[in-house]
Parts: sequence; C-alpha cells; structure tokens
Amino acid sequence: MAAEKLSISKAINASLRTALENDPKVLIMGEDVGKLGGVFRVTDGLYKDFGEDRVIDTPLAESGIVGTAIGLALRGYRPVVEIQFDGFVFPAYDQIVTQLAKMHARALGKIKLPVVVRIPYGGAIGAVEHHSESPEALFAHVAGLKCVSPSNASDAYWMLQQAIQSDDPVIFFEPKRRYHDKSELDRSAVPAALHAARTARAGTDLTLAAYGPMVKTCLEAAAAAEEEGKSIEVLDLRSMSPIDFDAIQASVEKTGRLVVVHEAPVFLGTGSEIAARITERCFYHLEAPVLRVGGYHAPYPPSRLEDEYLPGLDRVLDAVDRALAY
Amino acid sequence: MTAESTARTPRRSSKRTSAKKSADSTKTATAAKSATAAKTAKTAAARADGPELVQLLTPEGERVEHPDYSIDLTPEELRGLYRDMVLTRRFDAEATTLQRQGELGLWASLLGQEAAQIGSGRATNPDDYVFPTYREHGVAWCRGVDPTNLLGMFRGVNHGGWDPNENNFHLYTIVIGSQTLHATGYAMGVAKDGADSAVIAYFGDGASSQGDVAESFTFAAVYNAPVVFFCQNNQWAISEPTEKQTRVPLYQRAQGFGFPGVRVDGNDVLACLAVTKAALERARTGQGPMLVEAFTYRMGAHTTSDDPTKYRRDEERELWEAKDPIQRLRTYLEKTGAADDAFFTALETESDALAKRVRDAVRNMPNPDNMAIFEHIYADGHGLVDEERAQFAAYQASFAEEGN
Repeated sequence: MAAEKLSISKAINASLRTALENDPKVLIMGEDVGKLGGVFRVTDGLYKDFGEDRVIDTPLAESGIVGTAIGLALRGYRPVVEIQFDGFVFPAYDQIVTQLAKMHARALGKIKLPVVVRIPYGGAIGAVEHHSESPEALFAHVAGLKCVSPSNASDAYWMLQQAIQSDDPVIFFEPKRRYHDKSELDRSAVPAALHAARTARAGTDLTLAAYGPMVKTCLEAAAAAEEEGKSIEVLDLRSMSPIDFDAIQASVEKTGRLVVVHEAPVFLGTGSEIAARITERCFYHLEAPVLRVGGYHAPYPPSRLEDEYLPGLDRVLDAVDRALAY
Repeated sequence: MTAESTARTPRRSSKRTSAKKSADSTKTATAAKSATAAKTAKTAAARADGPELVQLLTPEGERVEHPDYSIDLTPEELRGLYRDMVLTRRFDAEATTLQRQGELGLWASLLGQEAAQIGSGRATNPDDYVFPTYREHGVAWCRGVDPTNLLGMFRGVNHGGWDPNENNFHLYTIVIGSQTLHATGYAMGVAKDGADSAVIAYFGDGASSQGDVAESFTFAAVYNAPVVFFCQNNQWAISEPTEKQTRVPLYQRAQGFGFPGVRVDGNDVLACLAVTKAALERARTGQGPMLVEAFTYRMGAHTTSDDPTKYRRDEERELWEAKDPIQRLRTYLEKTGAADDAFFTALETESDALAKRVRDAVRNMPNPDNMAIFEHIYADGHGLVDEERAQFAAYQASFAEEGN
C-alpha cells in the first residue's frame, strides 16, 4: 500500500480501527468516545462500526474507567481507555500508579495488564484551566508503566499498534495541538521499535532532544539555526519510559552539546533525568552543560499567557545559543 | 483469640456506642423469632430503630426461617462449614502468634468474621472470581488457596505472589476499595463473554466511603455487571466506628445506585451462605449487581500494629462475643446430633496439624534472591530496568571479589 497523507488524529483513529478489527479482545473505553467519537473526534465512526460492546461510553469517572479496565484486562481483554484531557487524569492516578503499574510484579509475573491509557496532552490550544497540561514525568517516574508520545502520523499509527500489542500498561500521550497536522503514513512499512528514538534531522553542532508536540518546534528551530550557519541535530525521543539513552549518547558524542525540550515543567522533568544520565555517560564529550527548555514551576497559566510559558522557537534558539557559547 | 483481646480498663467512656450495640443485640434476637417482622423491615426503608438483618441461625444456636432466604444443608455440609471456620480461626491465631514472635511483619486478623467469610466463600462456584481485601483469609481457604501463600506478603518476602487465576482468587488489595472496580471490570468482561459465572468483591465499612467503591457501584449498575458487592461491616475502620463513615445503614446505599441491598447477620454462616448464594445466582442469571452487608464485628485489632484499647470498650466486644459465629454453629451441631465428640476431637487434631504446618512453612520461608527486586516489573522488558539490574549485580559482585 502506498503512503497516504493524514492527520495525527486520523492516524490514531485508523490505528484503533485496525486494532479493533485484528483482535476481538480490544476495547475502546472512555467518556464520549462512542456516539460523539470523542471530544477530539479521535474515535469517530468506531462506535458505529464496532458497536457499544467494543466502543464503550463510560460513566464520567476516570478512576472507574481505569479501574474497570484493569478488571477487563484481568479477564483477558485489551482495553484502550481515553482520558478526555491531561488535567483530568488525576482521579485515575491512584488506579494507574497503585494498581495498574504494580499488579504484574505483585503477581510475580503470573498476570499481565495490557492496558493503554490515551491522554491528549499539552497546551497552545487556548483552552481553559486543566486542558493544557503535560504530566508525563509523573507517569514516567513510576516503575511498571511505559510512556510514549508520537510526533507525526506514522508514529501515531504504529506506536499505538505496538502499545496495544504490548503486554505492559502504556500511557500514550497524544500531542493535541498537533492533532490536525498532516504527514505521511505507510501502513505497509516495518515500524521502528516502540521505545527507540528517531533522528528527525541530522546535524553536527548540537543535539535537540524532544518528543510529541515539541519535535515540530525543534525542527523549526533547527531550520532557523541553519540560516545562521548552525548544524542542529533533532532527536525525536518518542518514548519517555524507557528513554533511548543509547541514541542520545550516540548523538551527543557526535555534537558535544545537548538541549532537551518539553512543554512540561523542567523541574524534575524528563529533561532533568536526561541531563543527569547523559552527563554521566558523555562527561568527556560534552562541550557545554546539558540545558533544558520547558515549562516553569508554576501552574499552567491562563491561555493568554501560554505563549510565554511554553517553549517556542525563540526560547529553543536562546538555549541553543547559550549551549554553543561555551 | 488474639493478644489484643486481653481485657484492659477502658480509658474513656463511650455510652452512646455502648447503648447502640445493646439495642442491636436485642433486636437481633427479636428478629430471629419473627420472620414477618424481618420481611417488613427488609422492604421498609430505614426505620427509626434501625434495619433488621437476615438470620437463619441465632446466637443461641436456634435455626430460624426467613421468608426470602432459606437453606437446607446436610449434616455433612454443616460439619464442613464448622470445620472451615475452626481451621480458619486457628490459622489466623497462628499467624497472629507468628507476628508476635517476629516471623511476620504484620498480620490482619479476621477473628470474628469467620461466618461472613466462610458463608460467602462457600457460596461461590469454582468459575466465579473473587476480589478480596487483605483480610479474606477465610475466603481464600474456601477457594483452595493454601494458607501459607497468604503469609508471604506479611512476612515481607513478596507482595502476594500467588497466581490469581489458579483459584480465581485475586491478589490481596491493600489500598482501600480499589479492588471493587477491578471486580466490576472483570464482571463486565464475564458478561461480554456470555459466561454464566459471577464475581464477588469484598470490602469493608471503611471502604464504603471510598470514591472507587461508589464508582464501582455506578459502573456495575450501568452495565448490569454480574458482581456481588460483599461488605463486611465489622463496625470499625481501624479506630473509626461506622458512624464516621455513613448516616444510613450501608446496605441501603445500593438503592440509590439502582440495585438491591440486604443486611445479613455476618456472624451467621448459614445466612451468609444463603444470601450470597442468592446474590451470586441473581448475578449469573443476568439480573445484575447486588450489595450484601454482612453485619459482623472485628473481635481483634485492625492489625497487629493496632491497639483497640485506645478507642473502644471491652463491653462492646463482650456483647459480640455472645454472638460468636463458631459457637452458635457448634451448639446447633451438638443439639441436632449433626456432629459427635469424635468429630470435634478429630477437628482439634486437624487444627493442631494445620497450625504446625503454617508455623513450619513460615519459619522455612526463604528470603527472596536480591535480584528479585528487578523481576517482573514489565512483561515485555524495559531498558532502564535492564541497566539498573546490571549495575546492581556488578555492585554486589564487587563485594564478592573483595572477599576473595
């Protein structure tokens, strides 16, 4: 099949459809995912084609959604649950962290929890409070969970396929501000491993590492830097747990400089962990400290201020300049 | 009898609680004598003097009838229930002792709740699925889980570790109420499969305040899931009496969610068996969830770390001692000739043997290998775990090398 061009939300929809077709144990669960097709229409048409037994409109109770998904997984199902917005996941946080993440280990491996929790995350859509957060570090910190985030249609399709096929719980962070960005999807391709980073742009002077919505921002920054004669490599990390440190290390050994970019607050964030580990691994290759660009230690601001809060092209380039100045 | 039950001087008066328990006690006896009254109470909403409970065997060991729930057991079956309760109590006492001897880090005793657990546990079919709290030692016994398997987590060698699917008995859940959602989800799956089995979720009076329990009621009702919510109201959530959890009898909560609830004498093994059987059958036949409130009493401490003398009176415990689940069945067995001295003597011997087996098993339970820290975190593996496992192994090995 030839490559087709479609949006990230349509690619996720196609991936869910494929999963429902291929495996009768796959279920879609969440608030408004049925007739409405989800508030972002990501599950559009699935209810109509697969019925209410497979595409389940749930009561408005996030803990209940994840808790019952755990029970369904114990019964042999593979639930894919949708949390409507990033800021709404916390009622389910206990079930995810205390139950979902640990149950496989508590049973000494005798039971598996193949549950995918899809969370549209991140800002820049002018939303009201609790609709623009980036809580991925709070999940990546928890052993037993895997956390991934696609940045394009192809990854959205394939990474979701892999997440659903995984016997581990996977938190699937969807870059909601990029839902409508179109890119190529080749459904006949052999996908990369779920947790492998990808070189989105090759370069020699500095490495920008990002995932999800910030990959595009970093690519734009690299293009702008090129005009100034700087060769920037962009790594799309794709996975926040596990993190492909080998790929980052290989890139940094080449460029000697690393800037990590995410929307989430930098304090104790994904970038902090990367900075620490890459400093250990690449101490003698580094020409500059690893820098982080991200949100501040502040509640996500009202949307009129979010452009100032979120890393944009200029803030990424500012960090690039600072790293190159060493 | 646990160490906590030793009589001590009450440290503060609690006249209100004491008076209430007295009223309950009197009412229980009255209810047993009047089936008509019981029925009236069951259909009526909360009466001023509190609800009746389903009872088939009085604290005095009298068989009584109930208009909605009946049971007809052979002498062998009756002896079986008695044996289950006696062995469970013995195992439980042994575990408490082992904790006192330092062999276990903690133990949550089920003392006093044997009837609720054996009655409901024996009501399940092999293909039903059980989601316990951390105190369901009697239910585990009924499901065929070896008692020694329950002790690993309390000794600190694992967090459970048994295969839930071997006996359809899920791992103990320590965070209060979470398992009711797992049970409900599992039951939703049973319904999707078109299977005719049922699920039973255990929880307590404290858990009834948890959001997860309320959410599980909502999900179960909305999807008509074949799940029985079995609440052992043992009157105390550590130090907080049921009055701190609810202003209505707990079984009445079900009505607001759209399914029936019933209160059963939780110290009456026959009533617990009959009511749970009916509730499970109801679930199996597509009639949806039901809430069973087993009205019982935690005779011991919350756990071996707790000191009930700080918050409750011995008089209250004495009132419940008179309603002991094992004694009342023994009285009935003796009175009806369903069991003779030889049976009781043989059971004593079996009980001693079980206690010895448990003692030996715990004392010989090996510590896990150090590398177990890194085992079974993920089914499909994880790069960071691999890296840290290797670092840890190298670190450990470095001592061995220095030693040589």
